[in-house]
Amino acid sequence: MLPGDIATIVSIHAEEALHLRLLALGFRNGKQIELIRKASFSGPLQVRVGTTDVILRRAEAARIRVQKT
Amino acid sequence: MKRIALLGMPNTGKSTLFNRMTGGAARVGNWPGITVELLSGKILLGDDMVEIIDLPGIYDLHGYSDDEQVVRHFLHDNVPDLALVILNTTQIERQMSLLLQLKLLDINLVVMLNMADEAKKYGISVDVAKMSALLGLPIFMLSAKYGGGYPEAMQAVTRALRYPTPGMAEHLRSQLEQDRHIEAEMARVLKHTVQVPARLSDRLTEKLDSVLMHPWLGLPIFFAVMYLLFQGIFIFGQPLQTGIAAALTWLRESALVPLLASLPHAVQGLLLDGIYNGVATVAAFVPIIILFFLFMAMIEDSGYLSRAAFLMDALMAKLGLDGRGFVMLLMGFGCNVPALMGTRVMRSRAMRLLTMLVIPFSLCSARLQVFIFFTAALFSPGAAPVVLFSLYLFSFATAILTALIFKNRFKNSEPFVLELPPYRFPTLRQMVLRGWLEVRHFLRRASKFIIAGVVMVWLLTHLPLSAVPAGPGTLAGMIGGALQPLFAPIGINQQLTIALIFGFIAKEIVIGALAVIYGLNGAALGSAIGQQLDWVQAYSFMLFTLLYTPCLATVATLQSESKQTRFTLLSLAWSLGLAWLVSLAFYQGARALGY
Repeated sequence: MLPGDIATIVSIHAEEALHLRLLALGFRNGKQIELIRKASFSGPLQVRVGTTDVILRRAEAARIRVQKT
Repeated sequence: MKRIALLGMPNTGKSTLFNRMTGGAARVGNWPGITVELLSGKILLGDDMVEIIDLPGIYDLHGYSDDEQVVRHFLHDNVPDLALVILNTTQIERQMSLLLQLKLLDINLVVMLNMADEAKKYGISVDVAKMSALLGLPIFMLSAKYGGGYPEAMQAVTRALRYPTPGMAEHLRSQLEQDRHIEAEMARVLKHTVQVPARLSDRLTEKLDSVLMHPWLGLPIFFAVMYLLFQGIFIFGQPLQTGIAAALTWLRESALVPLLASLPHAVQGLLLDGIYNGVATVAAFVPIIILFFLFMAMIEDSGYLSRAAFLMDALMAKLGLDGRGFVMLLMGFGCNVPALMGTRVMRSRAMRLLTMLVIPFSLCSARLQVFIFFTAALFSPGAAPVVLFSLYLFSFATAILTALIFKNRFKNSEPFVLELPPYRFPTLRQMVLRGWLEVRHFLRRASKFIIAGVVMVWLLTHLPLSAVPAGPGTLAGMIGGALQPLFAPIGINQQLTIALIFGFIAKEIVIGALAVIYGLNGAALGSAIGQQLDWVQAYSFMLFTLLYTPCLATVATLQSESKQTRFTLLSLAWSLGLAWLVSLAFYQGARALGY
C-alpha cells in the first residue's frame, strides 16, 4: 500500500496480545483502513481506522491482511 | 468510605477528569493485589467523603499488557462501589467494547462520554437518552477539560453511590468467550444512537502533521523542538536555581549561623554543612522539575510525544527502546532526575526500566560544569571544545552500548501499536497541576534519601574531628587511600578520589570539594591541578566522572521510580563498573601509546 491508499481488512493473524490490542483500536475484519504515511528508514506506519489514527511497526502491520479497494 | 474507580481507554481524558474531581489533592498509594502505585484522592460528594482512584488506561479488560493486568487485579481485590467509565466520544464506535465488557462484571457503572467539545467540532452526535435506555446505564456528556456537563455528571455519581454494588468482579477471565456477543451488542447500540460523519476532518491536525511528520523535515523539526525545550528549561531554570540558592545562603548567614553560634564547632558543621546543605541540594532540583514537567505536559498532552515516537522509532527499535525513550534520553542531557521521572509515559515496565538504565549516562549540565573547569585548566582554548565534544560522544556511545547489552534482559513484550491523538493544547491549569504534582512526588520520595546522603558524606570527610577536613586523615581520605590500588591504574590520585566521593552527592560540588581539598580557589586551583596532572590523567578523571553514578538525587529517583532495590543496585554497579573499565582502557591505552 502507498500513502493515501484505502483497503479493507481481510484477516488478522496475530498472537493474542497483539490481536486484542488491534481489536480494541478498531481493527476488525471487513473494516476499511487508510494508510496515511510511512516513517523514513523503514520506520512505523500511520494508518486510520474509523475515527482513530494508529501508528504501528511494519512487522506488526504485516500481520494484517488487506484487500485494496 | 465508598470507593469510585475511574476506568477508560488511554487518551480519554481520564486523568483530566480525576484532577478536576480531586482538585490536585491526590496522593500515591499502594493497593492489595497490585505492585504499582495508583493515584487516589478523597472528596466530599453529597454528604459523604468518597475516595476516587485513577486506574491506568486500558484497551481491553482481558488484555495482556502490564496496565491491563493491574486493572484486572485491582478490580478483583478491591471491588469499587462505583466504576466511572470514561469514553472518548470521538472514538465511541470502538471504545464502547470496553464499556460492554465492564457491564458484564455487574458493578455499579456511570458512563461519561468525554471530549464532548471535540465531538461537537467533528460533527459526531450521540443520542444520550436513547443510549442510556438501550444499555440501562446512566450516561452523560462531559468535557473534563473545560468542565461542561460536569455538575450534572457529579450529581449522577452521588445518586449512583446510594445503591450497593450488585455483583462482584469474579471470574473475569471466564467471560472472554462473550466477546462475540459484545461485538453484536456494540453494533446494535451504536446504530441507534451515534452518528459519525463519513470522514472526519481535522484539518488543523492534518496540516500540522504534513509538516511535523514530513519524511525529511520531521526529524530536523523534532531536534529543533527538543533544542528549544532544553534551552527553555535552562534559560528559565538557571535564574530560579540561583535565586533559591541565594535565598538559602542568606537564611543561613543571617539566621542560622548566629542562632547556632553557641553550639560546638562540630555540631554546627553537621547541622549547617550536613543537614542544611542536604536541604539546599533538594531545593536546587525543584525549579528544574517544575519547568521540565510544565514543558512535558505541553509536549505530551498536545500529542507531539506520540509523533516523536513515530519519527524516532526506526532507530530506537534496534536498541530495544522506543521514540519516547529517546525524548527522555535527550532531556537527561539537561538533568537526569526529571528525565527518569518522565519515563512514566512508557506503559511497558520492561522498556521503562531499560530507559531508566540508559538515562544516567546522559551528560547532564552539572557534569558539564566539572568538564568545563578541567578542560579550561588542562587544554588549550583550541583543543577544549574538541575535548568537550568527545565527552558528549562518549555519553551517547555508552548509552547505546548499555541499551544493546541489556535489551534482552528487559525485553519489551508490548506491541508497538500506539494511538495518534489529534493535536490538543493543554490548559494552563493542566500544566501547572502536573508540575506541582511531580515536585511533590519528588520531595516526598527523594528528599530524605538525599539529605541522609549529604550528611553521610559530611561525616566521612570530617571524621575524625582531629583531622583536616577532607584531608588524607579523614575517613574519606582513608577510603581514598584504600581505593588507590583500584584508582591508580586509571590515573586518579588520592585527592581526586576524595573529590569523586563528594561527586557521589552531586557533580556541582566536585569543584568546591577540590577547592577544600587543595585549599585553593578558582584560577589558582585550576593551575595547581594543571601542574599536578597531565592531560591523560585529567581526561581519565573526566571519563570516570561522566560515567559513574550521576548524583544522589538520580539514585534516589531510580529507587523511587523503579521501587526495586535490585534494579537500583544494578544501575549503580553497571555505571561504576563501566566507568572504571572505560577509564582503564583509555588511561592504559594512552600510556602504552607513549602519551
